[in-house]
Amino acid sequence: MGAFTMPSLGADMEAGTLIEWMIKPGDIVKRGDVVAVVETQKGAIEIECFEEGTVERLDAELGATLPVGATLATLRAQGEEATAFVETPAAPTPRTTRPEENAIPLTPAQPLEAAPAPPSRASEPISVAPRPGDTPPSSPAARIFAAERGIELSALRGSGPGGAVLLADVEAATPAPSQVASTKAAAKPGLDMAAMRIAIANAMARSKREIPHYYLTQTIDLQPATDWLTATNAKRTPGARLLMGALFVKATALAAAMISEMNGNYDAEGFHPVNAVHAGVAIALRGGGLIAPALHDAETLPLDDVMAKMRDLVARARTGRLRSSEMTDGTITISAMGDAGADAMAAVIYPPQVAIVGFGAPVRRPWIVGNTITPRTTVIVTLSADHRVSDGRRGAKFLAAIEAALQTPEAL
Amino acid sequence: MTDADIRKAFLGELTQIAPDIDADSVGPDDHLQDDLEIDSMDFLNLVTALHQRLGVDIPESDYPKIATLALAVEYLKARIG
Repeated sequence: MGAFTMPSLGADMEAGTLIEWMIKPGDIVKRGDVVAVVETQKGAIEIECFEEGTVERLDAELGATLPVGATLATLRAQGEEATAFVETPAAPTPRTTRPEENAIPLTPAQPLEAAPAPPSRASEPISVAPRPGDTPPSSPAARIFAAERGIELSALRGSGPGGAVLLADVEAATPAPSQVASTKAAAKPGLDMAAMRIAIANAMARSKREIPHYYLTQTIDLQPATDWLTATNAKRTPGARLLMGALFVKATALAAAMISEMNGNYDAEGFHPVNAVHAGVAIALRGGGLIAPALHDAETLPLDDVMAKMRDLVARARTGRLRSSEMTDGTITISAMGDAGADAMAAVIYPPQVAIVGFGAPVRRPWIVGNTITPRTTVIVTLSADHRVSDGRRGAKFLAAIEAALQTPEAL
Repeated sequence: MTDADIRKAFLGELTQIAPDIDADSVGPDDHLQDDLEIDSMDFLNLVTALHQRLGVDIPESDYPKIATLALAVEYLKARIG
């Protein structure tokens, strides 16, 4: 008997709300099947199953907001008796948020008696129920959200482990939100921008706290890629055209496959390089916010497939649903300004990854070819990488590999 | 096709790609990228949708000619003939 639990869908997630079941008791599920839909701070995500088996029962109710690690459903392995009682081992799901990751040190390490209780830990339920008048345990996001809105945490009933106040509890207690000044580009319907902002803040604060970033910048001649792209797209109907962003993703994926210190995850045990390059593609959401779903095996895909998958990811980030594996499998992230924007972007690494590559807007600049200065389309590429794993020498090799790949676009 | 038909088709596809945009609030001279925050992927999807809906294959070199609603209606009218 195995428990299917609320997965962590990224460094910034502590809880999710179950909004749809795709399975029912008796169904046979296999790895990769979409079994449920969970609403997170970054929108609704389709949750994929990690294991195989038969659905014994659904444990979580629709509408319930549950911490990462909470049991959603019970699965019976093949051949297992339906009625057999097996002690479910408290197997930690992969990528479960580590306790220390939750602990934004807003409070002193040695709290005074009157100080707020330590933040909730999904893996260590706090068993002491808060007494009236005490400040209850609370999650970092809940504290920040409450502080911003002047809500007393002690006045709230927490739904988290041990009565911990979670973000959803604070949101539920928030008076009808004043409409955020609406611009023509508003948020995706149903997306809570304040929650999204908090999620980004938490992940980025953790990144800057834990990851000793270093930055390398290189200006790359983009004229060969620009010319090739223009000529290629001129022969194609709109549905088959490519964007420069697809070339950036493929070139970076090829470079990441060569320089292993840029591609993988860093956890309590240290760095785990990953052979395949699952490229996180940063997508700016309309109205604000950012999401970087993974494009799996980007280094092996033909450029047309990379482009098709990017189209699909953007479309689903805008109007549909991303999948849990896309939220968690990224091994490196690529963020591009697009046609118009700033010259360069030094981005913040998305934990537990160890590198992010920022492409500025391609611009025509004076460039030296041989002994003459000529106008060429160029792009400034900035690598932000993790000093726990690599240093500038490897970083420079990585950027050189991106540059080399972009000089022969027809080979991408 | 009348101007109104083309306008409707253009706004229909635009709001399909960016559902948060209210078709009635799009001004004739609003710039798709600067004012409506349409990015390069959205723009390509719009061009793709217009190709499918109106049969007009807009080459990349003509992208500036559909940068606003007013420009796009003129351009598409001429291309549809």
